[in-house]
Amino acid sequence: MSSAPVYNFAYLDEQTKRMIRRAILKAIAVPGYQVPFASREMPMPYGWGTGGVQLTASILGAGDVLKVIDQGADDTTNAVSIRKFFEKTAGVETTSLTGDATIIQTRHRIPEEPLTADQILVYQVPIPEPLRFLEPRETETRQMHALQDYGLMHVKLYEDISRHGHIATTYAYPVKVEARYVMDPSPIPKFDNPKMDMCSALQLFGAGREQRIYALPPYTQVTSLDFEDHPFERTKFEKPCGLCGATGVYLDEIVTDDQGGRLFVCSDTDYCEGRRGHETDGGVL
Amino acid sequence: MYVAVKGGEAAIEAAHKLLAKERRGDASVLELTTDQIREQLSLAVNRVMSEGSLYDPDLAALAIKQARGDLIEAIFLARAYRTTLPRFGYSEPANTSAMAIRRRISATYKDLPGGQVLGPTFDYTHRLLDPSLAGEGNFPAVEKTETGDAEVSPHVAALLNNEGLIEENLPQNPDADVSDLTRGALEFPADRDLRLQALARGDEGFLLALGYSTQLGFGRTHPFAGEIRMGEVEVSFVPEELGFEVPLGEVTLTECEMVTQFAGSADAAPQFTRGYGLVFGHSERKAMAMALVDRSLRTAEFGEDVVAPAQDAEFVLSHADNIQATGFVEHLKLPHYVDFQAELVLLRQLRAEWEAERGKTDGASPKEAAE
Repeated sequence: MSSAPVYNFAYLDEQTKRMIRRAILKAIAVPGYQVPFASREMPMPYGWGTGGVQLTASILGAGDVLKVIDQGADDTTNAVSIRKFFEKTAGVETTSLTGDATIIQTRHRIPEEPLTADQILVYQVPIPEPLRFLEPRETETRQMHALQDYGLMHVKLYEDISRHGHIATTYAYPVKVEARYVMDPSPIPKFDNPKMDMCSALQLFGAGREQRIYALPPYTQVTSLDFEDHPFERTKFEKPCGLCGATGVYLDEIVTDDQGGRLFVCSDTDYCEGRRGHETDGGVL
Repeated sequence: MYVAVKGGEAAIEAAHKLLAKERRGDASVLELTTDQIREQLSLAVNRVMSEGSLYDPDLAALAIKQARGDLIEAIFLARAYRTTLPRFGYSEPANTSAMAIRRRISATYKDLPGGQVLGPTFDYTHRLLDPSLAGEGNFPAVEKTETGDAEVSPHVAALLNNEGLIEENLPQNPDADVSDLTRGALEFPADRDLRLQALARGDEGFLLALGYSTQLGFGRTHPFAGEIRMGEVEVSFVPEELGFEVPLGEVTLTECEMVTQFAGSADAAPQFTRGYGLVFGHSERKAMAMALVDRSLRTAEFGEDVVAPAQDAEFVLSHADNIQATGFVEHLKLPHYVDFQAELVLLRQLRAEWEAERGKTDGASPKEAAE
């Protein structure tokens, strides 16, 4: 208690990083398979990105440039908090520019700008098990994955169609990886699912509370589950972004008054600002 | 006009300043010292040490002060600090038979070797608010009575075992190393060593409710509080380079052994079974609840059907950790507007389709609408 604690580069000790890197390598070797790992208690709460933070801490080098987003934005409170954490514990350069980042830690979005082969996308995952809401027991779901027993999932999707006329899953929409493992893409909107397929960047997924790591190596085939007569459909927006005019991007709906006024703007704030020439850096958009 | 505030960073900083001010409260009231917390809120300190899995009364007191008395937040601080500490190795098993006893009671025998020692307990106090405590300096002097040499207090279960009336406490898997919950992912089926570790750091309230449920019929085990003991136990460690035991110091422990209804089969005579609870500090409620739940989780081991929540290891162990639980419940405060937007888009579409469908049916059967 007498001396102030001294933390290692990027907080975690090297032994722990090594343990996590071994789990990452295994995850890369078996794409879509959830690798158990001895998740550590982090100085932020479980469910607030501890899995992603442990992955980032384990792969971060002094020369890396880090970008952290939450809901597509760099300035959401938890993204700010995680970025600050690495600025403080690792002293690495941080950025909000997607193109400049070597590691991007994200919650709930994939950037609109296509990622490149020298980038790593780290996802924060709350519940890594895509079958969890169909079968609460881990002992059962692990067996289902081992036997590739995904009938239950297809029945669920079929029931959605018979009840609503559509597959009623709009985010955390399950995917199949290289025709083998059904995988939870983390709660990204299904709009982002196609970006995972044959992505040039390495994609890592970390679930701290659930003690699981999984991965998609670059150029991995990722297919959203669907049926021949009910193919997967991306969420579509009727209007372009109200600020930059972009179409074919994911939009946030902003309530502007209590008279039903709505403004639709890019969820990816860096993308939106980039299209507007980054002239709006400051207090307001 | 839409104005998106880009003030995440400034807002966080301002919020933290405000938090520090609130923590201090009215500045005209004397500031609480961590020594006062350690000495006068010692049961809170004990809970933080036990669920924080870190035996350090000073740090626990600091955590309680920093957390403004929110014990789960204090436990979180203790855990987050603990995870950064280097791991030198494992201590030798603590010998609770050699405990310097401050409290020891048995509900199964009126008297027994070592005797019944009430010790510092709320039991048999009348729960009447004591106005004299609002002042200062009101505590009775305690006289020490000479009892001669400390009597040896064998475990009640050991006394029963002499007659073969209770199961032996054998390791489930004698050749295997003891698992370590903090160095591996929790996997099922979890053996008893792992289960006990998870229960020892599990939430007191959660275990209390589960233990309670087993008393009322959701997986009844017919327990007797065979023994509850609390006191100081020496912890020792064998450094590899020395090769012999070195005492590290003493810890206060509360141990509870429940004696529960028999099991027996064609091959084995009927015997009492055991449920075990062990926690840091003086934490009796937790130790008792833990012992009830431990026995419940052994249901399958005794060939009984798992029918109640407290018997289901996956259910109990997956939800017992309050740091995991509070994090995940409270993460709902984080922005979810991207996913909410996806739901909005779908819901609007479904409603539009529903309206269109209803328009069709309404047109087809105007009579029904008239009724």
